[in-house]
Amino acid sequence: MSKGIYVLAEQRDGEIQKVSFELIGEGVRLAAALGQQVTAVLLGAGFADQGETLLHYGADNVIIAEDPLLAEYMTEPYAKVLARIIRADQPEIFLFGATTIGRDLAPRVSARVHTGLTADCTKLEIEPESKLLAMTRPAFGGNIMATIICERHRPQMATVRPGVMKALAKDTARAGVVKRIDCGLTAADHNADILQVVKSSQKALDITEAKILVSGGRGLGSARGFEALRDLAEALGGEVSSSRANVDAGWIAKDRQVGQTGKTVRPDLYLACGISGAIQHVAGMEGSNLIIAINKNDTAPIFDVADLGIVGDLKVIVPKLTAAIRRLKQERAAIS
Amino acid sequence: MKIIVCIKQVPDTTEVRLDPVTNTLIRDGVPSIINPDDKAGIEAALRLKEAAPDSEITVLCMGPPQADVALREALAMGCDQAILLSDRAFGGADTWATSSTIAAALKKLPYDLIITGRQAIDGDTAQVGPQIAEHLGLPQASYAEAIRVEGKRVIVKRQFEDRYQIIALPLPCLITALAELATPRYMSVAGILDAYREKRVQVWDLAAIRDTVDTANLGLKGSPTRVKKSFTKQAKGAGQVLRDLSADEAVEAIVGKLREKFII
Repeated sequence: MSKGIYVLAEQRDGEIQKVSFELIGEGVRLAAALGQQVTAVLLGAGFADQGETLLHYGADNVIIAEDPLLAEYMTEPYAKVLARIIRADQPEIFLFGATTIGRDLAPRVSARVHTGLTADCTKLEIEPESKLLAMTRPAFGGNIMATIICERHRPQMATVRPGVMKALAKDTARAGVVKRIDCGLTAADHNADILQVVKSSQKALDITEAKILVSGGRGLGSARGFEALRDLAEALGGEVSSSRANVDAGWIAKDRQVGQTGKTVRPDLYLACGISGAIQHVAGMEGSNLIIAINKNDTAPIFDVADLGIVGDLKVIVPKLTAAIRRLKQERAAIS
Repeated sequence: MKIIVCIKQVPDTTEVRLDPVTNTLIRDGVPSIINPDDKAGIEAALRLKEAAPDSEITVLCMGPPQADVALREALAMGCDQAILLSDRAFGGADTWATSSTIAAALKKLPYDLIITGRQAIDGDTAQVGPQIAEHLGLPQASYAEAIRVEGKRVIVKRQFEDRYQIIALPLPCLITALAELATPRYMSVAGILDAYREKRVQVWDLAAIRDTVDTANLGLKGSPTRVKKSFTKQAKGAGQVLRDLSADEAVEAIVGKLREKFII
């Protein structure tokens, strides 16, 4: 019988990616509903204490597969090792991050072991009666949500959008079993040559990690419009993000884009400036704790999701807001 | 070189709107288009053919009879042959069954390189390309941003969040195209005339692929996953919208909210 919730612990240059901890956190929640355990699977080379770290974030077990062929991601060696693990252990559920690696690997593995796969899930639940995994995801550019089940094939597989699930706090008191397995890779599995790997020169800023986002839309009017937003973000201790239009216009880098084709964020504060709130954008930010919107157009759909909406001109309001916040922080610094 | 481009006809989701009263999708009048990533794949194939003129490009689409229009557009752009994979038995397929069906058709065709789009804008799954590659036992490179052919291998710039890889895959193989791979050309007038007068779209039904697929893997019944329910998102309770404030009053309202929520 199938048993256990498995998650792929994704690493790049040996560093475990944040989405992996989120998957473990979600796995722990699902495991409680099933009375099963969470196993993190880590593929790569030259690991030190990464296995223990995965335990500290809530995994009951860790499976480590180490081989030089697994150091830098390649489809076939990764797919082969995961298919071997699935055939040997027959997990009930297998979760991947919906990253460029997860979205390359998970479909390949699902086709190999003949099971279903649901992409880019934003919500996972165990159905109380059937004990099936109910996987909910957006489609049609975020216009529709669909809940999908996989009844007869195992494992039930899903990729999960980074930034959506909650990681548990790290607890070094958590313990568990770390097992190393034989990868069973041969020269034949090396079916593509990596000629070159070029990493982004500066460590890519991850807007999904920001607690405060000041986000700009078409209403900024130009690339220079972001300067006032950067000042405000700095005053608040946050980062700048953007809607798709400004990325397409070349006003700001793609890694700042929030929405269906960008990133899903849920900061403590999302301050939407001149963003109309197309459904594709809202899909990426509606989970934010507090949403404040400034827009000239009082019928802008962003006001439907905003906790506080201000109908007005951001070009006047934003600089004044920046000044007011700086003043407040200075006063507070003077008192303490 | 023989190149096959797999395309999907999709509704232009940027044109889809929600009916504010019924909260359902308004699909009437929404145009059908070639999925953007797939169209970049067509353009990339056309450029490979320009570099190696004895190449032949076949474009393949699984879908209802109306998808003929998408294939004609691909022919008008310059593709050589078109195949519409269409049968009621293929309907209701999830990505596993879709990829099984398309792979069965590809098994009947000669190819050196298969190109699919990374993902379709209606489903956004990015699964069918890699699943086809698996069914055919081909090496794959997804998220391709640039490609070139060198002898018996293809060199791909493969994009990740924090890096890119330059990888070399032996032919035959499958790549999935990002929209960035190539900006599609427009159809020419002569191309449009050819697409409707000179060229034809072959229609392949179940009988055409029956010997390369287990029919248990097709359509709704061959799909491991099932949509249990679909729904439009409930808008979260709208908050307060303030109009006709002076800039100072607006700042005061925002600062008040930030203090209330302990942001500052």
